[in-house]
Amino acid sequence: MIGAEFLGMIMLIVYVGAVAVLFLFVVMMLNVAQQKNQWFASKESSGHIPVGLIISTIIFFELIIVIGGWKYKPDLFDINNNTNNFSMSNTHSLGQVLYTDYIHVFQLSGMILLVAMIGAIVLTFRKREGVKTQSYLKQISRERSEGVEILEVKTNKGVKIDD
Amino acid sequence: MTEIGLGHYLTLGAVIFSIGIIGIFLNRKNIIVILMSIELILLAVNINLVAFSIFLGDLTGQIFTLFILTVAAAEAAIGLAIIVVYYRNSGTIRVEEIDQLKG
Repeated sequence: MIGAEFLGMIMLIVYVGAVAVLFLFVVMMLNVAQQKNQWFASKESSGHIPVGLIISTIIFFELIIVIGGWKYKPDLFDINNNTNNFSMSNTHSLGQVLYTDYIHVFQLSGMILLVAMIGAIVLTFRKREGVKTQSYLKQISRERSEGVEILEVKTNKGVKIDD
Repeated sequence: MTEIGLGHYLTLGAVIFSIGIIGIFLNRKNIIVILMSIELILLAVNINLVAFSIFLGDLTGQIFTLFILTVAAAEAAIGLAIIVVYYRNSGTIRVEEIDQLKG
């Protein structure tokens, strides 16, 4: 905790509670368990493996070099000008900025979430044939005249019901 | 014990970022791993942003991290939905066999 408690908790909640569970559900749903673990023993050309390793090592060392520069010249920026008002909690100060200066971006991100939700539902929705379900409209709009008929039953004749 | 400074956070970010890159390049198994790697890369960016935001005393980084988190969650949901639809249509999500789009 370096002072970003709110984001720490949000990350925990979002990643553990939402993203991990989502991935878990999809992995369970897709029945991919029988696939053999062939990380490095691919049948086709495996020329991508050294390429991937080289690229990721290069990127890693570039990032490390950035950190190294920071270490050897620590006063590159004035690191310790904490303008954070420590009388307020992190959540409080974050909210004071988020809901005033960034309110439009905030609402836009809400719109993104809405679109994502609708998109996911629309993509995975399917209407299955041959499944018996209730038709609420039909049930509600049923009237007595279509369902009940009063007949005069004669003795020893019975009633003929046409259906 | 040295105090945890900016360099440590940046190193963590670099390590996670590199793991994400390696995951994208190395996996031949299924496309879910690629989605997880993308999530890892976004997480590394988030770590860097939060670290700089704290150590430079500017809240904008944390605001930006919130929005990146939002977009990452939306992207995960949409990506997984696409994967489910693809699996339903073609019966596989192996990366090697997704070659309908001849490019």
